[in-house]
Amino acid sequence: MSNAASPAPAVTKEEPGGALSFYGVWLIAAAALVVLPLIFSSGGSLTSFSLIGIAIIFALSYNILLGQTGLLSFGHAVQYGLGGFLAVHMMNAVASHNWPIPLPAIPLIGGIGGLAFALLVGWVMTKRAGTVFAMISLGIGELVASSSLILRSVFGGESGITTDRTALMPLFGWTFGPQLQVYYLIAFWVLISAIAMYALTRTPLGRICNAVRDNPERVEFIGYDPHVVRYLAYGFAGFFAGIAGGLTAINFEIANSAYLGATQSGFVLFAAFIGGTAYFFGPILGAILVTYLQLGLTNVTSVSLLYFGIIFIGIVMFAPGGIAGLLMKHRPLIRAGSLGMVIPSYLVAAIPTLAFALGAILTIETVARYSGGEGEGSTINLLGIPFVATAPATWAAAAFLLVGGYLVARLTWLRVAEAWDRAATVARDRGYLA
Amino acid sequence: MAELIVISTLNGVLFGMLLFLLSSGLTVIFSMMGVLNFAHASFYMLGAFFGYQLTRWIGFWPALVLAPLLVGAVGMAVERYGLRNTHKHGHVAELLLTFGLAYAIEEIVSMVWGKSPMDYRIPAALDFPAFTVFSTNYPAYKIFMLVVSVTIFVALLIALKRTRVGLIVQAALTHPSMVGHLGHNVGRVFMLVFGVGSALAGLAGVIAGPSLVTQSDMAGLLGPILFVVIVFGGLGSLPGAFIASLLIGLIQTFAVALNGSLASLFGPLDPGLGPSPLTDIWNVTVAQIAPILPYLLLVLVLIFRPMGLLGTRES
Repeated sequence: MSNAASPAPAVTKEEPGGALSFYGVWLIAAAALVVLPLIFSSGGSLTSFSLIGIAIIFALSYNILLGQTGLLSFGHAVQYGLGGFLAVHMMNAVASHNWPIPLPAIPLIGGIGGLAFALLVGWVMTKRAGTVFAMISLGIGELVASSSLILRSVFGGESGITTDRTALMPLFGWTFGPQLQVYYLIAFWVLISAIAMYALTRTPLGRICNAVRDNPERVEFIGYDPHVVRYLAYGFAGFFAGIAGGLTAINFEIANSAYLGATQSGFVLFAAFIGGTAYFFGPILGAILVTYLQLGLTNVTSVSLLYFGIIFIGIVMFAPGGIAGLLMKHRPLIRAGSLGMVIPSYLVAAIPTLAFALGAILTIETVARYSGGEGEGSTINLLGIPFVATAPATWAAAAFLLVGGYLVARLTWLRVAEAWDRAATVARDRGYLA
Repeated sequence: MAELIVISTLNGVLFGMLLFLLSSGLTVIFSMMGVLNFAHASFYMLGAFFGYQLTRWIGFWPALVLAPLLVGAVGMAVERYGLRNTHKHGHVAELLLTFGLAYAIEEIVSMVWGKSPMDYRIPAALDFPAFTVFSTNYPAYKIFMLVVSVTIFVALLIALKRTRVGLIVQAALTHPSMVGHLGHNVGRVFMLVFGVGSALAGLAGVIAGPSLVTQSDMAGLLGPILFVVIVFGGLGSLPGAFIASLLIGLIQTFAVALNGSLASLFGPLDPGLGPSPLTDIWNVTVAQIAPILPYLLLVLVLIFRPMGLLGTRES
């Protein structure tokens, strides 16, 4: 995480056509957001895109804390959920009073809700960073989640509070009843929020946040109060989390106490960290991947959460830069043209690694089916091959893939490391620092 | 009233001692390695489930010894192959590793044993009322739990204060690099401490399992309270953790036993007001807010004494 600040300035200096490529990325993103539903127009994919869009805002807002300012929060869903609740209440109020507020403005209300709560509790919370902040955020998260069940009139108890997004005044003939219109509403907010959050990282405040993350003591020496900086970052993160919450409320037309809970906080932590916190686009990748996996895996397996945990542990242990970190590691090699030296070793390592992964999946599924045995039958369909969970042949296959894959993969990854060293040396000789 | 006070005090002290079995390991691990072990409550859960399974296979008493040892072994493996490799990426990575572990352990437990509560029964030898206070039979098993926790507490105290290993552990708490310079294998001390801490959590699980509910969400329910205990007591302070454990144990037990609300104290609100947050707060009973009391306490302590009760460290 500490190397986050360095790559960005280097980019702007090296590329003379920087402005074009800089705005080009956002234009391409905008175009992609517009075109996506035209290509994949089924109801299911529209719902997925909407959820992914919300997850992107949520994960990016989380990264203001974890990636930019170095604050590990276990209760980020509080701002998200409170934003969602405020949005729902606002929608109901607007609908019943016929106020001239269109639906696209509602997420802003959610954002203000998140911001207000962040500013309320943030001053005490951000006094200290590190482990203490993590614990306090966990405690506040539990406090709010439990309180939401007591304050039934505001939070609607177990069932939550419902609303009707079409009851608000239509905008340019759009009632936001169909999912497609909701998708475009979400896409609009994704783009706006992403640009705003990126801009935030380029402001002096964003820079001083990075400094607070890396060395709070020196920040104090140059005349800034790290506490204030953390507080501001916490406020901004709360604001954008609230926007995500407001969008969720619009998307599902309901807000309930699950929005505030530990599961949601864990989800955003997974998304941001798996994607990679050191780069701005990391959480976007993570949000897309984790949401996609979440939607896809639940139909296939009963233990989808276990896979999340394992992927997360794997990333923490072997690639703490996340997916974005892994990708960006290859940048100097691509520029130096020495990427070709590592590709063969990757291909060789891929086979036993894949075998190991399949063995792990087969083992988990076998155990799950064998001990659970709830409903879905004991046949595991892996790559089109049916495995019977009770058959010793399946156990043998799982053990063989797991152990054999692990042993061979270890050897091949040593080769990858050697090839990597050689390629990195070449890149360094050609002047691209790896 | 007197009956309520006596019984709740007993239960509160019991719950507090149980909390201390967990928080002592957690706080020692934290002050030595700087790692807040998120998976500590998961080791407690593993202890309960191992205890349940071993009780079915070989009986309660062997399980009482074996299950904590197993959990300790799991803990040592986690330290040796997980945390030690992650250490180079910093404390946040270590914290996240234990967070991921807690997640994975919960999923594995619910995968193997299912999500419904286990039929983990009190052993027949202890299934009788120990004594009767004010017409309430106090179960012998709870006395047994109390005895076990107090024994462990005393043993821990003696081990830390009177033995050579305890001396090294105490030294490694404040000056790990100096201890290393003196020729002690700090890595092994860490692994040992992590193992013992996990084993204590496992023991708490084995003895709490039959009395509380043995279920795959038990770690998620207790974990946050545990963190409140050690932040409240002061991070890294063992006496602080002890006081905080007892305090939170007592507060929670008394709160659960009390059925009063503002409405019963001052009379009901005017029904014409309609439902509002005020009526919610007015009608909620003390028992209902028991789950949030520890967190309220946490917020208060952070406002008025940010380093915790007996803590000395700023961060």
